[in-house]
Amino acid sequence: MADAASLWISGHLAEKIRAHGAETYPHECCGALLGRDSNAVLESDRGANSLAAAREILGLFPLVNRRDDSPRNRFSVTAEDVLAAEKLAREQGLDVVGWYHSHPDHPARPSEYDRDHAWPWYSYIIVSVQNGAPQDMTSWRLNDDRVEFAPEGIEIRHRAAV
Amino acid sequence: MPVKVMIPSPLRPYAGKRDSAEFNAQTVGEALGHLTTQFGELRKHLFTEEGKLRSFVNVYVNDEDIRYLAKENTPTKDGDTISIIPSIAGGVRS
Repeated sequence: MADAASLWISGHLAEKIRAHGAETYPHECCGALLGRDSNAVLESDRGANSLAAAREILGLFPLVNRRDDSPRNRFSVTAEDVLAAEKLAREQGLDVVGWYHSHPDHPARPSEYDRDHAWPWYSYIIVSVQNGAPQDMTSWRLNDDRVEFAPEGIEIRHRAAV
Repeated sequence: MPVKVMIPSPLRPYAGKRDSAEFNAQTVGEALGHLTTQFGELRKHLFTEEGKLRSFVNVYVNDEDIRYLAKENTPTKDGDTISIIPSIAGGVRS
């Protein structure tokens, strides 16, 4: 049986995302998730029947929100920043597997605007920041048909990366 | 030598897991047309229902953004490399 998609991240990196959201409040923060898909690790941890793709986040690349006009409710990462994130990931033997951003004073759920500007495959982490304090953190993947996001479970891992 | 289109990681599942594809094409639009004809599932992630390139999808010929050239009418020549790079955007308001 395949499990639902899940995202593994260390407590340290999860805390860094929350801290970035608090730091830029009331503006949105954003950054790249560097990592890799870990089928092999998943199989060894959970048995050979568990074939769902798990994804492990092993690094972050905090970015500057380029939306000067409405940074409280929009974020934007330029193509040049995307290329810089991909270069950094390659240097570490990783991929850019997704992106994170904050929703100041809003729930950690993707908006229609998020969906319109997303690609499948990427993981999109959203952290809600209420009155400057980071709250819920969720992760989402766009479905193949672009109609909706599917939630992706976040699993905080305390062991070192394999 | 044809034009080479580099396929970014998120779109490879819709392109037979390939990281690039080569086509004979005179323009960027023609190359992307061949790409989305060969790999039909790619189309909706690159183009709107009206057939326009999505606003967050950036296309480069070698290192030049086609927005500053002739957009999809930008001519290509043998040996050119076309790259597809997303801008990442989002936010709380719909």
